[in-house]
Amino acid sequence: MAGHSRRRFLGYLLAAPTLAVAVPVGEEFAMPGEASAALPSNPEIADLLDLSDLLNLAAAPTSGLVAVGVQADGTVSFALPRAEVGQGITTAVTMLIAEELDIGMDKVRVTLADARPELLCNQLTGGSNSMHSIYHPVRAAAAIARLALLDAAAGQWGTDASRLTITEGVISGPGGRSAPLGSFAKAAAGTRTKQLSAEPKKRPSLIGTPQSRIDAHDAVTGRKQFTMDLRVPGALPTMVCRGPHINAGVGSVRNLAEVRAMPGVTDIAVISTGVAVRANTTTHCIDAVRALRVDWRGGTVDGETDASVRAELRAITPPMPPPMPGAETIDLEVDFAFASNSALETNCAIADVRPDRAEIWAALKAPIPAHNEIAAKAGLLPTAVRVHVVQGGGSFGRKLFHDAALEATEASKAMGKPVKLMWHRTDDFRHGRVHPMSTSKIRLNHSGENVLSYEQRHMATQLDLGHGFGDAITSMLDKLPVADLTFNQVFFLTTQAMPYDFGITNQTLHEVPLKFHTSSMRNVYSPNVTGAREIAVEMLAKKLGKDSLELRRSFAKEERVRAILDKVAELGEWGKEMPPGTAQGIGIHVEYKSCCAVLVEIDCRPETVHRPVEEEGVTGPRVMRATVAVDVGVPVNPRGLEAQMLGCVNDGIGLVLTESLHMDRGLPLEGSWDNFFYTRQWNTPLDVRVFVMPKTTEEPGGAGELGVAATVGAVACAYGRATGTMPTSFPINHGTLSFEPLPRVPPIPQSPTDGLEHTF
Amino acid sequence: MPEHSFILNGNRVSVDTEDNVRVLWVLRDLLGVTGPKYGCGINVCKACTCHINGKAFNPCSVPISAIKPSDEITTIEGLADQRSGKLHPMQEAWLEHDVAQCGYCQPGQIMAAVALVRKARAAGTELDDAELDKLRNICRCGTYTRIREAIHTGAKNM
Repeated sequence: MAGHSRRRFLGYLLAAPTLAVAVPVGEEFAMPGEASAALPSNPEIADLLDLSDLLNLAAAPTSGLVAVGVQADGTVSFALPRAEVGQGITTAVTMLIAEELDIGMDKVRVTLADARPELLCNQLTGGSNSMHSIYHPVRAAAAIARLALLDAAAGQWGTDASRLTITEGVISGPGGRSAPLGSFAKAAAGTRTKQLSAEPKKRPSLIGTPQSRIDAHDAVTGRKQFTMDLRVPGALPTMVCRGPHINAGVGSVRNLAEVRAMPGVTDIAVISTGVAVRANTTTHCIDAVRALRVDWRGGTVDGETDASVRAELRAITPPMPPPMPGAETIDLEVDFAFASNSALETNCAIADVRPDRAEIWAALKAPIPAHNEIAAKAGLLPTAVRVHVVQGGGSFGRKLFHDAALEATEASKAMGKPVKLMWHRTDDFRHGRVHPMSTSKIRLNHSGENVLSYEQRHMATQLDLGHGFGDAITSMLDKLPVADLTFNQVFFLTTQAMPYDFGITNQTLHEVPLKFHTSSMRNVYSPNVTGAREIAVEMLAKKLGKDSLELRRSFAKEERVRAILDKVAELGEWGKEMPPGTAQGIGIHVEYKSCCAVLVEIDCRPETVHRPVEEEGVTGPRVMRATVAVDVGVPVNPRGLEAQMLGCVNDGIGLVLTESLHMDRGLPLEGSWDNFFYTRQWNTPLDVRVFVMPKTTEEPGGAGELGVAATVGAVACAYGRATGTMPTSFPINHGTLSFEPLPRVPPIPQSPTDGLEHTF
Repeated sequence: MPEHSFILNGNRVSVDTEDNVRVLWVLRDLLGVTGPKYGCGINVCKACTCHINGKAFNPCSVPISAIKPSDEITTIEGLADQRSGKLHPMQEAWLEHDVAQCGYCQPGQIMAAVALVRKARAAGTELDDAELDKLRNICRCGTYTRIREAIHTGAKNM
């Protein structure tokens, strides 16, 4: 699926007052006719057809239009059918438009499109697919707009468009004539919609240069608005009192009238997930939620604890094929605990549901299924519902789902008033979505240095892929060369590429259908599957007495992978002398049409492991340095890519060393950031260097999740090398509960009152 | 309801609300000042960090009744020079290092960073790695390294 760089793109000049150009999204990615026959057997499906392709293919037949508009003041607008949750997609898209039109990035206005049901599968932000799916369409639309503007200017000046140039938004022509591009926005507009084609620039000058985020100024001045910052008339703070177990429903409320009479409380309503309270301030909401006396019905996993779930994963583990005759084996079983993908912005939404219409505001990565479910919940036709996509305060998989938007809809409908519904942090950890617990079992058959086969059985609690990827994948199931696979197994196969030539390769997914609230978490299966694989590779190197980077190099399928390995080896000083108790480790990951290598240095010496931290928190081994080399095919914004890799490194460190949920009788014990130990300043590397490989392909790949899996592999291997014992259960501190759990009832803690004693 | 008055970003404000309402919600829910963010409500994540009389504090954990009429509260909105509009050196440093990703925690990070630098200056101590390790503000996007770099740059220009 390469070779788009020199093709002309078709688009439409729309009949509009000022210039507007629309192009289909996904249109140019048609499934090659011969590909089906050429696809290999199951395990290597991801090599030829990965998730990103699958999402594009699913979108192809529906291919809605996206439009670039040019205004008379010289600004260019584009309503992006994707979510911005910190990954930098609005900045990258701004660059693409500025590139083709030769205007300053400050003249481009990228907004987030409302839910557009006609786009069907094409308004999904997930699978690190955004840049891959919109790179060509956005460039095409802007290139056509450029053509139309130049044609209009040429017409007015009585010259040929080929003699005109655009510099910094000003069109110049023969005889020293020049005028701002916006002055032709009306003349260039279509009177009737007609088809046009154009070719994006052959030699981009902005794409590939490091640019700062377009919203950086708003972020540092407090002007950047998230959902809870929006002012919607009448929308008062609203919170939900939740049960002591996941999915516990309300039986009865003993003191409804008493709580309704509390200061500041305006409304109380029983909804399907608990008791919703609307009040003048969030403090009033917290007080009311804590005062409620509720008899709860049972939840869906009340008896489940870490140990019982682990036992269920062991129970469904299929037998490995017997070792090959004459071969040696490496056998390995790697466990990962549940983990929370809670973003810093908790689940939240504003809803204004009226008898005849509804309006919703939320950060949504899959706004179309959200729109449909919101309409159903509101009892309205989808056409009577408007769903606005708001910038999100992080996602990490969370915002593929619309749990808070549905709750807000239900509460607003029940109360007959607008609500500004926000989850408490404790609820966000305990009732929010979690990354599944998993066990990965690996058998590698080898004969000396010749690897004959690689078997990996990945057992996990069932992952909910329904809302985001669901429609896209379901629509493709019958088109894939696989039979009798579940939806999640298809997802697994299309995301788990094997970067090494390990002979007969067979990776399979086996899920236990337990009803936890699950979702992806900056990668779906990859951190666990790749992490386990990289440990197996490390064990193989040790057994063969080989350098583990050289071994990876020699088995790598792709030259791209060898290049990133060489780069991190060089920049990260692979093989340098390290003091006892410290070590380097390396991991690689291939996904999203991209690849990434991470080299870390870990310090496991007692003085580091036991370093003090004020107040609550965990220390343990510290990754002191990380070096990343990343190849995304076409790097659009290297500065943004570096930022994504930096985040991925901190996620990977947390997953290996510190962060997990302890499931206890149907509820995680974690209820605060001082319980769930995501990487903090005292655990972050002091030195992170990211090298972005120059353009290697014509297809921009994904990057938002790419670096997590490679980091997990690198940190685990480094820990094994530093301590002499390869860890196989993650995070390594999961066996110790390092905090006093908050109570289950009331469900949320009271805010302290001693804040002025902790100033600095 | 009791009336509470204090100085917010240089201007006197007053609100009528119950004594126990935490300052964060006075700012956000009643005054519409939304720079300070909610991240936990229990003084753990530090997303709401603001300044009171020049020192960092977390308004999620202070009832409005604890605020005196003479107290000066500064939120991220009040950090830039109020007359010229010129950004604070720490904000400029944040831009220079392109620190923010989603940006949700960054108002709190910047306010904490400014207070940390002032504290180190007052104590005559160096802002070394151990001092930066003490920052408890969570950044779930994982921008920590750029935060550290920006604090060093901002400190130089403060």
